[in-house]
Amino acid sequence: MRRRGPKRNLGLVFYAVLYLAFLYLPVLFLPLFSFNDSAFIAFPLVGFTTKWYGQMLADSAMHTALWNSLKVGAAVALASTALGLLAAKALTRYRLPGGAAVLGFTSLPLFIPDIVLGISLLILLNTMGMQLSLISVMLGHILICAPFAITVLMSRFDGFDKSLEEASLDLGENAWTTFWRVTFPLVLPGIISSLLLTFIVSFDEFLIAYFLAGTEATLPIYIWGQLRFPYKLPVVLALGAVILVVSCVLVVLAEWVRGLGQGGKRMVGA
Amino acid sequence: MDDAYIRIENITKRFGAVKAVDRADFGIRRGEFFSLLGPSGCGKTTLLRMIAGFEYPSEGEIYIDGAAVTDLPPNKRPSNMVFQSYAIFPHLNVADNIGYGLRRSGLSKAERNARIEEALAMIRLPDMGNRRADQLSGGQRQRVALARALVNRPKVLLLDEPLGALDKRLREAMQIELRQIQKNVGITFVFVTHDQEEALSMSDRIAVMSNGQVLQIADPRTLYDRPNCREVADFIGTMNFFEGKVIGTGGDITEIDAGIAGRLSAKNVAVELTAPGNDVLVAVRPEKIVLKTAGAAGLVGKISTSAYLGERSHLQILVPGLKDPVSVAAQTTREHAGADVSLSWPAEAAIVLPRH
Repeated sequence: MRRRGPKRNLGLVFYAVLYLAFLYLPVLFLPLFSFNDSAFIAFPLVGFTTKWYGQMLADSAMHTALWNSLKVGAAVALASTALGLLAAKALTRYRLPGGAAVLGFTSLPLFIPDIVLGISLLILLNTMGMQLSLISVMLGHILICAPFAITVLMSRFDGFDKSLEEASLDLGENAWTTFWRVTFPLVLPGIISSLLLTFIVSFDEFLIAYFLAGTEATLPIYIWGQLRFPYKLPVVLALGAVILVVSCVLVVLAEWVRGLGQGGKRMVGA
Repeated sequence: MDDAYIRIENITKRFGAVKAVDRADFGIRRGEFFSLLGPSGCGKTTLLRMIAGFEYPSEGEIYIDGAAVTDLPPNKRPSNMVFQSYAIFPHLNVADNIGYGLRRSGLSKAERNARIEEALAMIRLPDMGNRRADQLSGGQRQRVALARALVNRPKVLLLDEPLGALDKRLREAMQIELRQIQKNVGITFVFVTHDQEEALSMSDRIAVMSNGQVLQIADPRTLYDRPNCREVADFIGTMNFFEGKVIGTGGDITEIDAGIAGRLSAKNVAVELTAPGNDVLVAVRPEKIVLKTAGAAGLVGKISTSAYLGERSHLQILVPGLKDPVSVAAQTTREHAGADVSLSWPAEAAIVLPRH
């Protein structure tokens, strides 16, 4: 009776392959069918075409929605990263009474179902008499993006010695110039990483935007609307494929920049 | 004190209910190498950070060169600091680190560069200006931190355990170098350390701190030979203590009944301790004790351990009836463990301290 490692692990390997297939095959169907010369999403593939991409590019409603999403994403990324920067500095640099509670409460939107958050924000904005627009979408998105920004930036702040800022003060700089000469360059990788991540979270977000957008559609809302027309499905797939590639690039970029930060950590701590 | 350049006036610092510094009140002279010495948590670093402006005292005032700085932020004070972690800016090279504080000095670019070059020469790292901060060794980082502070020509240089992170050999070399630099620049140094040897070898004067209080301020020799209380005597070097009661004083000699340790004599005892019947401690340094073979007059005991340290041996002597063994630093090593010996010391070697 011989028990050997590789034999026992075979089941695990099979499981892992199955898991990854389930995770990524559907995603791969997106680009696959977006190049298929048929309005029906089914095998066998009929032939190669780029006409769905052509239709996508020609659709002016799509342009508007894309532009809306880019505007919202950029504004949300800047605002939530700025807020996250202040919160992360406060939480890591000062002994705040109830600091842990503050961190917990700002992270709470991550755990509240988006649909609940969307409805409650809708009620709030209606009560306040605020017109639904891209502005209201931005506000909703800042709420869910700020916790990401805080987390990313806090790990960056934790990575460098507080006495670096003290040294700058000691050498004659005030709090403001110390921020620009020392703090900002050292947390920059975290800031870039936070900008990219919060942009993606906002760009991909559907539920809250759906409740708060009013008449101005963001890209996910536009896509949702297109699904009512079966003949437009391949165009949606083409659009999905593009979003997929861009998102992947941004996430990898964000993680890579953050990795640069980790390298710097060793240097600072030495 | 009239000649105080830095005046610490009745400074108390509370963190919640804890008094980190308790009514510190003393002066530091111009051009002095002054150390704050004490175990960790004694308040020495808090006191230093109050001089620097990173902490504000709960009570009291701090003056530097006649001007009150108590409520000024660090960037408005005429002091610079060398941090325990060195705090070298990792995103700047060596020259930019050293020149960091010069940007607001009003000097021209050429003047600033000249100062940086001069500072690099002072720390014996010429041609290292373009080196990245993460390419420096521990000793080099320490010197860059020193140069970065001194290049601003502060009135006071504050050093927070700057040698603690270095290995023993480098630390000893840096002690000498630091002392030399201080002599050359003539700037008042306030140096925080928990290492009593370091403080003794470098300082003009030392303030010994414990539990937030300054126990004694004196030059190293006085601190070693004439500590004013048990804590200082215990913290600086090794000390033997014998509890006793004053019998009486004749001339400059005070007689003390030390129970099992016998009748001890001490010279030049502080007058407030000499009242007959007063409870006192007699303290004797190990190297002041004379070791004789059993039978001679003195305290009789048995050698329990003997450690040979080259130039001298450290012996522990058990005296029947005494709780702690007596430490003796002997020049000769003929005596070995188990031998019976007799201990004695001259009256001027006995330090009499209050017992509380």
